[in-house]
Amino acid sequence: MMGNITLLEFLSVGQPVAEHRPFPRFRLDSRAWRAMVGQLAVAEWSVMAMWGEPDEVHLALRDEETNDIAVVSHPCPEHRYYSLARARPSAIRLERAIHDLWGLAPLGVEDRRPWLDHGRWPRRHPLAAHSLPPAEAPFRYAFLTAEGDGLHQIPVGPVHAGVIEPAHFRFHAQGETVVRLEERLGYVHKGISGLLSGTSLDQAARIVGRVSGDATVAYSLAFARAVEAAIGCEIPPRAVWLRALMAEMERIANHVFDIGAVCNDAAFAIMLSHMGVLREKILRANDAMFGHRLCMDRVVPGGVTRDLAEEGAEAVKHLLYGFRKDFERAFQMYENTPSLSDRTLGTGIVPTSLIHRFGAGGFVGRASGRGQDARRAPGYPPYQHLDLTVPAYAEGDVNARLAVRFDEVRESLRLIGRILTEMPGGSFWVPPPHMAGEGLAVAESFRGEVVVWVRMAEDGGVERCHPHDPSWFQWPLLEAAIEGNIVADFPLCNKSFNCSYSGHDL
Amino acid sequence: MIPPISKILFRHLVKGPHTMRNVPPPDPDGSEELARALGETVRARLGRSLSIREVDAGSCNGCELEIHAVNNPVYDLERFGIRFVASPRHADVLLVTGPVTVNMAEALRRTYEATPGPKWVVAMGDCARDGGCFAGSYAVVGGVHAVVPVDLHIPGCPPSPKQILAGLLALLDSVAAK
Repeated sequence: MMGNITLLEFLSVGQPVAEHRPFPRFRLDSRAWRAMVGQLAVAEWSVMAMWGEPDEVHLALRDEETNDIAVVSHPCPEHRYYSLARARPSAIRLERAIHDLWGLAPLGVEDRRPWLDHGRWPRRHPLAAHSLPPAEAPFRYAFLTAEGDGLHQIPVGPVHAGVIEPAHFRFHAQGETVVRLEERLGYVHKGISGLLSGTSLDQAARIVGRVSGDATVAYSLAFARAVEAAIGCEIPPRAVWLRALMAEMERIANHVFDIGAVCNDAAFAIMLSHMGVLREKILRANDAMFGHRLCMDRVVPGGVTRDLAEEGAEAVKHLLYGFRKDFERAFQMYENTPSLSDRTLGTGIVPTSLIHRFGAGGFVGRASGRGQDARRAPGYPPYQHLDLTVPAYAEGDVNARLAVRFDEVRESLRLIGRILTEMPGGSFWVPPPHMAGEGLAVAESFRGEVVVWVRMAEDGGVERCHPHDPSWFQWPLLEAAIEGNIVADFPLCNKSFNCSYSGHDL
Repeated sequence: MIPPISKILFRHLVKGPHTMRNVPPPDPDGSEELARALGETVRARLGRSLSIREVDAGSCNGCELEIHAVNNPVYDLERFGIRFVASPRHADVLLVTGPVTVNMAEALRRTYEATPGPKWVVAMGDCARDGGCFAGSYAVVGGVHAVVPVDLHIPGCPPSPKQILAGLLALLDSVAAK
């Protein structure tokens, strides 16, 4: 049976690449690559990330049955490779981005429109070995059409009405009903992959911590773990627990604010105020504990930059007790306000089949029945000691995405309680050794799994690095979620997804 | 059953608001930078009310999080007569975050042109000064001043709500002093 072959069995035909940790990396020639694309159509392997290098394309895959992770590399000196898009639609935008940045063209795919490149950069294919001169004029983007009686277009962005990030949304609507939404992203492309090539470890850590500011701890954590895997650095146990503490504080802060903001988009402003106060409590606790409200640059390769004082732990326990009571009060308000439920129930439904096809994680995946969580699989310390539970719902609407957040806040509060009591003593940082090697790590941000791949140079610098945001697999589903809903529900759906623009545009 | 929302409203009526009492003093560095830039008639034209249009020109969204924070009940920016508006056509001030990316430069320029005068531009965060850690990339133009004239800079990565408040109050004060 073809379908029963596991990922690692299949990849054993490839040539293993040494010094890639902790997951194996295999190099496939074009025949084996094509066979793999064929196998993707029947196997339950999900795409975790895809990125390029001047002459090679890389793909991180997970076998959903065995939870094995592997990186597949395909050298393409001709700058062409066979596209995954037919088997994995989630790869379409990734392949378009790889073409824009590295000039590697996917074969056998219809959508050849540039994605991150708007025709404004000083050179085309900026990261390729031989980049091209700039486009003569900014590209005109050919939006997909919808035709019929009474259809009209609504262009929105890139500068929006609220305090949010820039992107362009093109609606085709009939009256109030959305017939088609198409996103155009790439406005905040900062060239992060280019900046991370051949830079010092400190500078790379700073940049990766700013790929998406709201998930800065998760990004720093994934980067630190990837570097530590690459160079074989053992960090002190206390640092592991301090990192988990920061990560859970970040999760709570983002979830509570999202809950408030979604309700605010349904014109229920009191929830935003209530949640804004709760978020502020968490950020002030972060500031008191670690000296930064968002804990930026606090997780670094080798450990963390700051220890937690004994009084700090006590103060946080006290704070979280009051926090929990206020949070449950807000939950009661959410559950018992029919005019609010009327807006969130049944709005913006994403079918489970689409979630699985795109391999979407985070609250978007869990609200539609895909309970993938990087803290559990592949798993990383200290969560194996903490009996983590991951909520999952089947409805897939705005209400379910909020319910996942409510549950995750409660779970994170419980985790923090245990972390504070069980955290071991000792040092919190070791200097990372200078060594060459490659590493891949996954960390669960509040939004889903962040993947960071890194290649370290012998002098202790970063040779290449690629951070991957969970939003890549969530943005396309927003287009599906809004279809058939009214235009006025778009802010509600968009906020319930809360995809990162900056993390996606890189 | 008493609806939960009534209970919450009643609690706030009895316990008072969350808003912090001590206002941070205006940032002296900011006001110096501003004093040069601002005209004499501003106070008369604007009163003490200021409308801000936020423009993300390429930030990592950290600055946006803290802008949301100054609008929460703890900092409550609106009590100073400063509010965020939905269109540049309603704005006196553009609050620009992030290193300006090549893909956003034109949108920022057009937003500036759509803002009626007199107008000020506040660059917020370390990236907005000179591109921060993203400076030198092919996709980044640089600080906000590379695209539109800047009147005030609020430092920080991201600036804390107190720094934002202090910066904006400095803007108001120098508008008033002239």
